[in-house]
Amino acid sequence: MDIDQPIRHVDAVAFQFSRIKKRIFRKKYLKIYVGGSIFLALLFASLLAPIIAPHDPAKLDLTLKLLRAFESEDFILGTDNLGRDLLSRIIYGSRISLLIGVVSVLFAATLGALLGAISAYFGKYVDELIMKVVEIFLAFPFLLLSIVIMAFLGPGLTNIIIALVLSRWVQFCRLVRGEVLSIKGRDHVVAAKALGAKDMYIIVRHILPYTMPSLIVMCTFEVALVIIYESSLSFLGLGVPASVPTWGTMLAEGRTYMMAAPWLSVFPGLAIFVTVLGINLLGDGLRDVLDPRMRGR
Amino acid sequence: MEQEALLRVTGLKKYFPVGKGDLFKPKEMVHAVDDVSFEIKKGETLGLVGESGCGKSTLGMTLLRLTEPTAGQIWFEGKEVTRLSKGEMRSLRRQMQIIFQDPYASLNNRMTCESIVGEPLSIHKLYTGRERRERVAYLLGKVGLGAEHGKRYPHEFSGGQRQRIAIARALAMNPKLIVADEPVSALDVSIQAQVINLLEDLQNEFDLTYLFISHDLYVVEHISDRVAVMYLGQIVEIAPKDELYSSPIHPYTEALLTAAPVPDPTAKRKRVLLTGDVPSPIHLPSGCRYHERCQRRQVDCLDGVPELVFVNKDHAVRCRHF
Amino acid sequence: MEKLLEIVGLKTHFFLDNGVVPAIDGLDFWIGRGETVGVVGESGSGKSVTALSIMGVVPNPPGKTVEGEILFEGSDLLAYDAEQMRRIRGKEIAMILQDPMTSLNPVFTIGNQIAEVFMLHGGKSHPEAIEGAIEMLQVVGIPNPEKRVHEYPHQLSGGMRQRVMIAMALSCTPKLLIADEPTTALDVTIQAQTLALMASLKDRYKMAIMLITHNLGIVAEMCQRVVVMYAGKMMEEAEVESLFANPMHPYTRGLLRSLPGVDRKERRHQRLVAIPGIVPNLLNLPKGCRFSTRCEEHIGICKEEEPPLFARDRHRVRCWLMKD
Ligand SMILES: Nc1ncnc2c1ncn2[C@@H]1O[C@H](COP(=O)(O)OP(=O)(O)OP(=O)(O)O)[C@@H](O)[C@H]1O
Ligand SMILES: Nc1ncnc2c1ncn2[C@@H]1O[C@H](COP(=O)(O)OP(=O)(O)OP(=O)(O)O)[C@@H](O)[C@H]1O
Ligand SMILES: [Mg+2]
Ligand SMILES: [Mg+2]
Repeated sequence: MDIDQPIRHVDAVAFQFSRIKKRIFRKKYLKIYVGGSIFLALLFASLLAPIIAPHDPAKLDLTLKLLRAFESEDFILGTDNLGRDLLSRIIYGSRISLLIGVVSVLFAATLGALLGAISAYFGKYVDELIMKVVEIFLAFPFLLLSIVIMAFLGPGLTNIIIALVLSRWVQFCRLVRGEVLSIKGRDHVVAAKALGAKDMYIIVRHILPYTMPSLIVMCTFEVALVIIYESSLSFLGLGVPASVPTWGTMLAEGRTYMMAAPWLSVFPGLAIFVTVLGINLLGDGLRDVLDPRMRGR
Repeated sequence: MEQEALLRVTGLKKYFPVGKGDLFKPKEMVHAVDDVSFEIKKGETLGLVGESGCGKSTLGMTLLRLTEPTAGQIWFEGKEVTRLSKGEMRSLRRQMQIIFQDPYASLNNRMTCESIVGEPLSIHKLYTGRERRERVAYLLGKVGLGAEHGKRYPHEFSGGQRQRIAIARALAMNPKLIVADEPVSALDVSIQAQVINLLEDLQNEFDLTYLFISHDLYVVEHISDRVAVMYLGQIVEIAPKDELYSSPIHPYTEALLTAAPVPDPTAKRKRVLLTGDVPSPIHLPSGCRYHERCQRRQVDCLDGVPELVFVNKDHAVRCRHF
Repeated sequence: MEKLLEIVGLKTHFFLDNGVVPAIDGLDFWIGRGETVGVVGESGSGKSVTALSIMGVVPNPPGKTVEGEILFEGSDLLAYDAEQMRRIRGKEIAMILQDPMTSLNPVFTIGNQIAEVFMLHGGKSHPEAIEGAIEMLQVVGIPNPEKRVHEYPHQLSGGMRQRVMIAMALSCTPKLLIADEPTTALDVTIQAQTLALMASLKDRYKMAIMLITHNLGIVAEMCQRVVVMYAGKMMEEAEVESLFANPMHPYTRGLLRSLPGVDRKERRHQRLVAIPGIVPNLLNLPKGCRFSTRCEEHIGICKEEEPPLFARDRHRVRCWLMKD
């Protein structure tokens, strides 16, 4: 845009109008709308589960076990081996799964990003120390690590989130550290240093925003992973009680019946997929909108 | 009367380690800045020229302690900068500023023009509220931008305008010294002239001292009072500009001066064509660093690095044969 | 002089989401056999797109040459099909680019890359082609060519890489060499070497050069004629001595005046005379002459109507001031 040219008033109004129109219908907003709608829908489903779920997710009825999907009007998605309604279980399952997925990833990302940025920015012994800790965390298989932490903390929702955060933050830490290593030498960072800015200010204001794009992408994938990992923990009796449905446990239980009753694993899997897609779209769209370079395009 | 030096540098060195050394093989070093001494007087412009990789930017960054020197001292207004603590250094930064070559990279593209220019003020808690806004508007005006530009993001500006934003930011705290690292190299000639004029005007108005880094000999000739020529991490010649351009002593200066194409088709040029490339700053040539490419090489050029010797009061050369 | 390449009314546009960018908007000039023509202008004036259009390699989409003729030895390149164009490229018209690092393939030895040109256009076998490559490296002054052919681009310095690019471009002795800012990425001393090399090879192979640059010093040294471009149009064209001695377009004058140190004796300690303002956005060109927004000599008609090219004293100038 030629900014030295004065824009006449009429032009300006017409320009603004066309810009607003463009804004609403632009593709990148579409991402936010679609992703946001999916996410909101999931959120509502989990909040309003008692109202919208057609059945009690815990009610057993062995006479109705393993009903096929789409065959009975009453049990649209079929029933599991204990005759529980799959749809209701998926709706109730969203509560725990979403909560665990979103909250633990948010905390893990924040912790990992901060430590990764500090590690890369200060370098030397700070870096060595943090990287040593990361190595220790990485030395254990993820599951083993979570089991140890859970065994230490005892079962429970908060504890499972703590365990997941403690075992996933290293991934974020490594990602952000790598990025910051290349960002910290850039001119705008050196310029901020030359202005006399303090280190933490530089990290938060001038470095972390530049890692957002890859951070957001990583978050969306981690949500899916964490939802699934939660099931492994619950399966071992270290997570939420087995009676509480979560997508991960449903997926794990369904595996036994993969051949006979594929819908038991397909639908929870689909739920995870849609969640990840929604969060991914939302993240992608937000990233585009938050990046001023993409504005007004 | 002899004017006091605003900045004085003695024996400054900056080596970067490359690769991983081990027990049997010591780490290799890039000798980016290797034994540099000079001073800049208040209100003057010292031009710094040299080929890519000779250490100009590293020297500029080390002067402001944006990278820590390996050895040597830097004095600013009689204070030894190299001894200051982190906190003292932060407040000294108000006095010394830097402008970079690439106006795309040196501005945070997630901040508005206004917040970029106002950032130093908020970092040092100098002005608040309305005063700050007024100061930002004043600074933008000084560099030829209007208040209406304040709300825009860097990508909405042209290269020249972005460089103006960077200049306004550097000016915000009334610095005494500005290191300008190729501030016009990325700009078109017509815009380059605008920015050079702006830098000169600001120098007059605010009594600024510049270290002006460039590889464009014409630009340096135009803006500088004195010029230093760098080769492989060392200053090989430093002199007042008229003297340096009319009667260069070091063979490298001579080659550099004749290498620049003259924008005049009728000019007769007698060019000293250098052979070969600049040697690696890791494995330095023995003896005089320039001897492999030198048109006036002699046997004793291999006997160690020559000292920087003064030919007259202001003119020093690092060459045995003059 | 016999015309080797003639460009007539060339228009190359880029069709983007937010509008059409007329990167080249009606360009007419020619290059004689064995002549060096400089193309100068500010960033974004369409110099590179001109080169790409001649080579027929404008990225499409979004770009397309929508109008005009590119006559090479009398026949219109725009009418050629892909196969015919492929035979012209590299053999009759060669191109070297600004950044020698990105234009060489990092995974092949430089020998193989030069040899490829020989095999494509000369129909030579691989050993013969490598022989040819060694010879070309010798021509461009690379020491130890027998050893260097087996090296990879990253093992060479910037100046050497540009020499390799020149060797590749010249291996089929093209009639026209398009050099797009060949020395912008190089140091002055290396630039001087490269320019001297180009000048000597030009004499040796009797080829024409279209030298794109924004450095007026290089133009003064290398070229016989100059084309000055601004925002997609040619503003002035003249022989080099005449252009520097007597620039007729206000833009050309502005460019020359904004150079520091042109005239050492007179200009000492004087302010530079800058051209005010910035280049207009091609999506939103001003009415009339595209330079009128920055021109200090503009008259009434300048903001109304686009000037045609006026011929005057062997200059061609797109400026209303030349009309009478
Ligand atoms: N952080 C670093 N780590 C390792 N080597 C470095 C670093 N910074 C610079 N160097 C090396 O130090 C030498 C001097 O670099 P410097 O950037 O100061 O050169 P320059 O004169 O500014 O060049 P240019 O004209 O290209 O900007 C080069 O060889 C460069 O590769
Ligand atoms: N692939 C492309 N897509 C869209 N627009 C393009 C593309 N390539 C070039 N342009 C536009 O065409 C115009 C001319 O570009 P060109 O690269 O020819 O400029 P130039 O004169 O070579 O500038 P420079 O000196 O920076 O190389 C510019 O406004 C540019 O934005
Ligand atoms: Mg530099
Ligand atoms: Mg170009």
